[in-house]
Amino acid sequence: MMEFLRQGGYAFYVWSAFSMTFVLLIAEVLSLRHSRRTILSRIGRLVRLRDSGGRSGSASATGTRSPGTARADIRGETS
Amino acid sequence: MNWFKYASPTAFYPLAGRLIPWLAVAALLLILFSLYWGFLHTPEQLGGSNPQKEYYRIIFIHVPAAWMSMWLYLVLAGWAAVGLVFNTRLSFMMANAVAPTGAVFTFIALWTGAFWGRPSWGTYWDWDPRLTSELILFFLYIGFIALHSAIDDTRRADRASALLAIVGLVMLPIIFWSINCPDPNQCAALHQRSSMSKIESNILTAMLTMTLGFWLYSFATAFSRLRGIILTREADSTWVRDIVEREAPV
Repeated sequence: MMEFLRQGGYAFYVWSAFSMTFVLLIAEVLSLRHSRRTILSRIGRLVRLRDSGGRSGSASATGTRSPGTARADIRGETS
Repeated sequence: MNWFKYASPTAFYPLAGRLIPWLAVAALLLILFSLYWGFLHTPEQLGGSNPQKEYYRIIFIHVPAAWMSMWLYLVLAGWAAVGLVFNTRLSFMMANAVAPTGAVFTFIALWTGAFWGRPSWGTYWDWDPRLTSELILFFLYIGFIALHSAIDDTRRADRASALLAIVGLVMLPIIFWSINCPDPNQCAALHQRSSMSKIESNILTAMLTMTLGFWLYSFATAFSRLRGIILTREADSTWVRDIVEREAPV
């Protein structure tokens, strides 16, 4: 086991390289998970704000777009 | 089957959601297999007359990460070009979703290269053509992300950063030929030339498995980021509201 960890005396180089790689990859996954929660709760707040702020005006105008695969939805022509 | 169906963010969102767990599990298995094979089934040194000792094992992440850094840039610029030509919204979102993962792999390639360079060349860094051009690729990724986030209007940001990505494509052949130039004497490169055909088969196995693992990892992270971008940009539509009401933490 010690023999394996020593990597023939090059442990510092080998493990520096490998540990940084997996720290970064795991950090990226965790940050994606975190940002998903942030995005969902931010949009959730917006939705609640809009619902409590009355159903007239811009809220109903923008909220009625239905999911679809129309040309307009694929192209950037909706906004 | 109508493939263009998935050019719509509305249709692609659930598809990406279904794919991500499978991609992530497959990536994890491949990476673990590669580590197992790379550390336990490979010789202790690489090369003939003046062999590299155990530190050559950095190859198992260095080369796959460097390949991914170039491949993901090609993917990024490709989607940016499709977005510019056809004005498809999802393409720009794809380009944006790939960029951070590409930057991470470029950094990994540089970092692991430094820790490989020190024992084999005696230095962590040198302004060698390969190292320098890879560093510029890293700056291109950062520039792409920074430019996009610096412009408030999403459509303008998409177009401006797409243009930057396409111009940056010039770096890919430079990186490739910085070590693979026809006449070795013309290249003042410290970096080794690629020698895929001469490599020991167990080393090659570990290296290629890791490449596949990194690739699937890139798919998983890019799709996950893409889902976030879709939600953010489509926040006004009813289907996003439905998702948010179902999934949002209160």
